[in-house]
Amino acid sequence: MLTADEITEIDKAISLVPVRKAAGIEALKIVQQRRRWISDETLRDVATHMHMSAEELDSVATFYNLLFRRPVGRHVILVCDSISCWVMGYENLVKALQQKLNITFGETTKDSRFTLLPNCCLGCCDGAPALMIDNDLYKNVTADQLGEILGIYE
Amino acid sequence: MEKPLTEHIRPDGKPLSLKEYEAVGGYSALRKVMGGMTPREIQGVVKDSNLRGRGGAGFLTALKWSFVPLDAPKPKYLIANADEMEPGTFKDRILLESTPHQLIEGMILAAFAIQASESFVFLRWAYKVAAHAIEKAIHEAYDAGYLGSNILKSGFDLDMHLHTGVGRYMCGEETALLNSLEGKRATPRAKPPFPQISGLFGRPTIVNNVETLCNIPHIVNKGSDWFKRLSRTEDSGTKIYGVSGKVKRPGAWELPMGVTMRELIEEYAGGMQDGLRFRGALPGGASTDFLVEEHLDVRMDYAGVAAAGSRLGTGTLVVLDDHTCPVGFVKNLEHFFAQESCGFCTPCREGLPWIEKILQGIEDGKGREKDIDLLHMHTRYLGPGNTFCALAPGAMEPLQSALKYFKADFDQHIHEHRCPYHAIPATLEHA
Repeated sequence: MLTADEITEIDKAISLVPVRKAAGIEALKIVQQRRRWISDETLRDVATHMHMSAEELDSVATFYNLLFRRPVGRHVILVCDSISCWVMGYENLVKALQQKLNITFGETTKDSRFTLLPNCCLGCCDGAPALMIDNDLYKNVTADQLGEILGIYE
Repeated sequence: MEKPLTEHIRPDGKPLSLKEYEAVGGYSALRKVMGGMTPREIQGVVKDSNLRGRGGAGFLTALKWSFVPLDAPKPKYLIANADEMEPGTFKDRILLESTPHQLIEGMILAAFAIQASESFVFLRWAYKVAAHAIEKAIHEAYDAGYLGSNILKSGFDLDMHLHTGVGRYMCGEETALLNSLEGKRATPRAKPPFPQISGLFGRPTIVNNVETLCNIPHIVNKGSDWFKRLSRTEDSGTKIYGVSGKVKRPGAWELPMGVTMRELIEEYAGGMQDGLRFRGALPGGASTDFLVEEHLDVRMDYAGVAAAGSRLGTGTLVVLDDHTCPVGFVKNLEHFFAQESCGFCTPCREGLPWIEKILQGIEDGKGREKDIDLLHMHTRYLGPGNTFCALAPGAMEPLQSALKYFKADFDQHIHEHRCPYHAIPATLEHA
């Protein structure tokens, strides 16, 4: 079931576009913001509200890298794996992160605190290697700084 | 040296407020146009300026606009492509974060030039700081009467919305971007019809890059001759160039169009890090051919880079040094392209993962002589004309040039059954 608040927000998005379906991505963003990820049940509820089949909406949901169709932790770590970061030490950074969190890409820590994902170029190649945690960007990240950075996120 | 796009950026990089932007001449171009210029007149000034798209393709901006029927009924759309996702590219970010009103003014002028009634900023998800800056600036522009109905009492109406994407390289391709704005998978559309005739929701639409649009207010204010004089070459204007990789001072700088690669690397980026030598660079993002030492004095404009066998692209260099494996470097690029292929057409969907696997094999010491032929074959099969959009041909540019300039490295990997660059640890598998 979608909450009243979710429906209000989704309807606002629908009002801005000439075709109801065009707000589908926005609707998925709205529910993901509140639920962290989009379960099959959530997807069906959103699709019903959008007057779409679940299959059609899922074809959209699964296309985009940052719509999560599997559970994620409280915080999502996106490590830039594109060229400038790779040149500047991405692989060592990832090794250190994986050791510290004891997970590999695509996994979530047992306490649901962090999910670790690779991500395309974050657009701060002059601050490589870079990573994002939730909405925060970290540049020129070294393995030594990881403890302090991760400590910010509970 | 004039730097119209960036001269007013604050030292701390924080966005200029509406008041601050107006204090340095902001929205005076809009007042000038609303005071009595016609859409055709703006198109004429921009045409004379010879402004070319700064997003990578370098198409003439005014020519693109000219295909929009001015008398078509509403709605028509103007879209700022702020989905900067070309690996190695970080130039639009600076403009988006620091001078959001410059972009908005450029968008209003462009919208007026094609008589659009609605506009969108299509912003990539990762640019959180920019999203906040633009959201705020759009509100300020509405409050000041620069957006909405009857702008500056001219009778011209324009609405503007910020749309943040959900992550896919394909969204940078203009027809895929339109599909994404319509809530669909970001797959490219067949052309014709071109978006200028049938774009967003089937209506005439222009998609322009952020840096392109930011140039418009200055061209309107100071004229096309001034704009041409900014550059050192036939391609007019300034360009925001960038350098990343193992140089002393990676960064981005607005410079006259046509500076050389040597100036960018040695003067602006401070040269290579100590103990490292320059081996090559992608001149304009991941989908451009390598240039090497013999090209250091090539002028970084559209014609100069093309004559050297590559493309200016986004103008942001990614440098390859002599301690970094060229095979691993290209493998990283092809991994990106394979992952970001939308899967719509076969050569791209099937070919790119195959290439990535071959390169991984070579990097792991399992390469065979015939792998080189296979890679060459792919550069032809995935080249221009064989795929639906420019993603796969773009992906072939660094590969074909790496095979040409770094052939000895490929051969050494295959003959020695290992990667000779010990400094680079084995590539981690993506789970």
